[in-house]
Parts: sequence; structure tokens; C-alpha cells
Amino acid sequence: MAELTTMQRALNRALDDALAADERTLVFGEDVGTLGGVFRVTDGLKAKYGGDRVFDTTLAEAGIMGMAVGLAMAGWRPVPEIQFDGFSYPAIDQIVNQVARMHYRSRGAFDMPITLRLPSFGGIRAPEHHGESLEALFAQVPGLKVVAPSTPAEAYALLRQSIEDPDPVIFLEPKSRYWHKDTVSDEELEERLPVGTSRVVRPGRHVTLVAWGAMVARCLQAAELGAEDGVEIEVIDLRWLKPIDADGLAASVARTRRAVVVHEAPLTAGLGAEVSALITERCFAELKAPVQRVTGWDVPYPSPVLEDEYLPSIDRILDAVQTTLEYRRG
Amino acid sequence: MTMTTRDAGATARPAAQAHADDAALLRRLYRTMATVRRLDLDAVAMQRQGIIPGYAPMRGQEAAQVGSAAALDLRRDFAFPTYRELGVAVGMGVDPVAYLASHQGAWHGGLWDAAAARLAPINAVVGGAVTHAVGWALGAKLDRTGGVAIAYFGDGASSQGDIHEAMNTAAVSRLPVVFFCQNNGWAISVPASEQVAGGSVAARGAGYGMPGMRVDGNDVIAVYDATRRALDRARKGGGPSIVEAMTYRMGPHSTSDDPGRYRTLDEEQSWLARDPLALCEQQLRRTGTVGDGFFAEVAETAGALADRVRDDVAALGGRPPEEMFDFVFSNPPAALLGQRRAWEESRHG
Repeated sequence: MAELTTMQRALNRALDDALAADERTLVFGEDVGTLGGVFRVTDGLKAKYGGDRVFDTTLAEAGIMGMAVGLAMAGWRPVPEIQFDGFSYPAIDQIVNQVARMHYRSRGAFDMPITLRLPSFGGIRAPEHHGESLEALFAQVPGLKVVAPSTPAEAYALLRQSIEDPDPVIFLEPKSRYWHKDTVSDEELEERLPVGTSRVVRPGRHVTLVAWGAMVARCLQAAELGAEDGVEIEVIDLRWLKPIDADGLAASVARTRRAVVVHEAPLTAGLGAEVSALITERCFAELKAPVQRVTGWDVPYPSPVLEDEYLPSIDRILDAVQTTLEYRRG
Repeated sequence: MTMTTRDAGATARPAAQAHADDAALLRRLYRTMATVRRLDLDAVAMQRQGIIPGYAPMRGQEAAQVGSAAALDLRRDFAFPTYRELGVAVGMGVDPVAYLASHQGAWHGGLWDAAAARLAPINAVVGGAVTHAVGWALGAKLDRTGGVAIAYFGDGASSQGDIHEAMNTAAVSRLPVVFFCQNNGWAISVPASEQVAGGSVAARGAGYGMPGMRVDGNDVIAVYDATRRALDRARKGGGPSIVEAMTYRMGPHSTSDDPGRYRTLDEEQSWLARDPLALCEQQLRRTGTVGDGFFAEVAETAGALADRVRDDVAALGGRPPEEMFDFVFSNPPAALLGQRRAWEESRHG
């Protein structure tokens, strides 16, 4: 029976079920206990599982991630939250030098089954440091896996998958989609979305749009509009940003022969460059146009009144689609 | 709550008196310290001879390291070292070859089984492992094992924000952690006087509402006693504490360092008079339980071990190169396995 729910509730359910499934799972972070998190993703979990397993930490992001390393070394399965994307910068040393490397450094003596939940990306008219897109930064770090859901059902399945994974996963939650309602079926609750798999959200013949997080919904809107003009746009939800489903990308682009990658992060050295390179490496002969990138600009994430000027718009996405359709060699 | 049990330079030895009848402990500590001294000198020599590319000598810190490690309960405690912890490693029973494998270049973290040894891999981020001790201690508290985490760090690391985060969190939650600071006077070239505001890391405990004990870090019994008190307190649910062992890095920061550029020979020689190994020998002789023969036998045994360690380190050679890939993940993604295959093909043409 399908249930209408939000991503925020789906994430809450995933944490609830993960806590119930494995008593070594711990949920912690700033304000995640009594308050239930500033986005209420951990709402009710402390009351249900007790303050030993769901607890507030001190306001210290490096300390939170260092604590996660130590807990993992002691055989626990930590699911820390850092309250906002931009707040993870003080913890970068712990994430990069410790979380990502302890399994390596210890020659496998210690698994690091840490899932860092990080409310991410923009679009919610927030203060500075509350709208960052850090996927490329984390994807560059050996030892980390990176994922971003786009729907409630995906959020549930990917979070369960991430928590069960024996390696560190950076779980980027698209804040602007927390309250978007969608159906989640019982089958989807049983589903796992293996590391490195993507999904064709909408099939199409003429061009492939590649996106993740909140940009998936925007690409679907663009595809709707494209269809009105007879352009059949395929939309891929990448989900896993490291490792990337290169085979899935290649299978789609081999058919459509055109690709546009869309992300909120700035253009330069963004993950779009990696996606573009993977597609070009595998589909050079089939490509009818250079892979286009529609991204944020190379500027600090702007104030709320400028947010819509920064984020990829439907018009910019359709312009890029048009560019690939009109491209002529030589 | 700062308790200054002994300042560096003090001559009275009440702690040693208290243990006068515990000569067996002192013999054990002396043996380990003398072994570590020999291994440390040999490691420097091995670097000079080109057997290992670099090393961080710990000569002068034997009492601080061996005394604190000896206080641990290896069935349930866990230690988080820095990169200058040969004495802790040997004191905890880690094969010196596995420790020196880090400096030989085989593997950054060392080659011992860190989970079995209850000694985390060498951590080269200054202060980087101290918050791990806090997390480990929380885990031990939840598991009710009675285990305590000991976090090693230095006067230089005491400036790092991670140390504050760790101490504050451990104190707020009354976690079983011993913050063991080896104040060896120098953070490479910067003296503790220009590093530690207020002059004492132990005194900072007051701000966190936890005990801070400053001890003569060159007096192995004083270190052992202070560490055991801190461990006992943590084990009984009393929460964390700081032990600041006042000691001296008699050698350079590393085999690439030149202390002549920043400190005087007079200073180094003044600390020679407080050589922890010599002090321990004096304490042991005062017990009247050992004679010259004991010291000769310890030296001979340490020498034989050092010879074996030298041979084994020299024979370590390289690692199976696929380890570069195989330890990154517990469950490696196909993309990385693909890179591993590409690497294999590139090697075999």
C-alpha cells in the first residue's frame, strides 16, 4: 500500500528502522536529541531509543566526527549529523584525515561504518553557510562514498543502504526537498539501492539530463516543457556521486547521443566535470555534441534574494539542451 | 582541582618510597625503559645509515611513555598514540619492528594489529586522535566494559582546537578518558613558554571541571602513579582527567631537525642530569634488590633485541603493492577495483 510522505519523514523512518534493526547503531549531533534536529529528521527517536543511542553532542563539528571515528573503533555504527553543509568545514580535517583513512591506516583492523548526514544544497532562503554543495569536495577524498537522494523513497532506501555499508558515506540531504510529498510503497521500503547505481527517472530519446538531489525535480520540469516542443528528454538521477554509475550514464548517452549535467555547486572542478569526462571517455564516438554543464556560478553561495539567479533554472537547462540539439561539427 | 604532585626538578621522591617494596614493578619499568632507549638510539642510527628514511626520536621521554603505558589494563583499555610513541608501543607489547615499519616506509600507521594490541595506528595529525579517544570512551561506557581511553598528545598539540573539543565533550559527559600530555618543552622549534598560555596544560582541567595533575615526567614511578590514579577514577565513573608529564625531548624533533638552531647546549645538558633512565636506575638501586649484574643483563638483552629489530627492519622491504588499493574500503566500489586492474595491467604490460 503506497503511503504519501515527505523526504523528512522518510529519513526519520529510515533512522528509526536502522536503530531498531541494529542495536549498535547510534544517532548523534547538534540538537538531534530532545529537539529532534533543526529539520526534525530525528524527531521522536531519542524518546523511543533513549539518550544512550540518540543524543545531543557539544557544538563542535570536528569533535563530532572524531567521536564517530572512536565509536567505530569500539565497534559501534555511528550516524552523526552535522547540522548544515557549511558547518562541515571545521570538521574537514577529521573527515578527510581520519574518517576516510582509519580503515586504510589500520590495514583493515577497523571498519568505519560511519554515515554522516549532511543537510545540503540551497534553495531554502537561508543565511550564509546554509546552502553549500560539497559533493565534489568529498568525492575527491579517497575512502569516502557520497550519495544524495532526490525523493522520499530514495531517501529511505539510500539511508538504510548507507548505514548498512561498512565504509564511510557522506549522505547529502537536499534541504529544499525535505517537505516535498511523494508516495512510498511497501516494496520501496524493502528496496536497497546498491552503492554506485543510478536510475532513469524519465526515459527520452533526444538528450540525457544528469542530476542529483533537488536538481532532479527541476530537470523533470524541464523535460515536461521540452516534451511540449517535441524534445524527448531522458532524466537520470545519479544518486551515488562516488562511486558514479559510469555504465548507467554510458548506456543512456549511447542512446540519446547528447548529455547535459546539472548541479547546484559552482562550475569549476564541480562534479559535472567528472560526469562529462566519464561520458566523453565512454561515448566519444556516439556523441553528437559536447557535454554541456548547467551549474551554479563560481561565486560564494549568494544571499536569498539572489538565490534564483545562482541556481540552475529551467530556462538555463533548456538552453543547454537546445545547444546540444543545434550543435554542428566543424 | 589542579594537583601539582611534583614539578620537574624536584628532588624528593615520596612516590618512589611508597613503592620501595614494589621493586618488581620498578625492575619491569626499568627493563622496558632501557630497551626503548636502546631501540630509539638504534632507530636514529638506522636513519643515519640509510636503513630507514626518517624517525621521530623520543629519547628523554621514556619514563613518561613507559610509566603511563604500564598503568593500562590491556584487557580493556585502549591507547591513542602520536607519531613519537615508541615507548608506549613497546610498553604495550607491540613488536618494535611493526612500530618502526612506519618509519621504514612500509605503512604509515605501522604494521601491528591495532585492534588486538589496543594501540591505535600511528597518527601524524597533531592532536588528531584525541577526539577518537573520546568516542572510544563513549563506546566503552555504553558497553560498560570499565575500559578507559588514554589519549597521548604534546604541548604543541595543546594549542589545537580539537584538544579543547575533546576535553570539553569528555568532561560534559563524564567519559572515561585520560588526556596524557607529554610536555617535552618544544614543539619542533617553539618552546612551551610560547605555546602554552598560563604555562600549564594540567591547569586547564579546572576550566573543564576535571582534575589536572602535573607530574615529573622523568620519574617513571610518579608517572605510573598519576596515570593509574587517573585511570582508576575514570574506571569508577569519575570521568576524565589530565595528566601533564613534564619531560624533555633530548633529541631533535625528527632526524631532519637541527635543535642547534633554536635551543642551547646548556639547556640540553641541564636535562641530561635528569635523564629518566638514570633516575630510574638510581631508584632501583636504592631498593637494594638488584646489583650490577641486573643492569648488565638488561643491557645485553636490549642489545640482542635491538640487533634482531635492526635485522628485521632492514629485511622488511616493500609491501605487496596491491595493499595500496585493498585497504581503502572494506567494501570497495567497482570503480576502484577497475583502477586496481588498470594498475596491474600497467605493471605487467
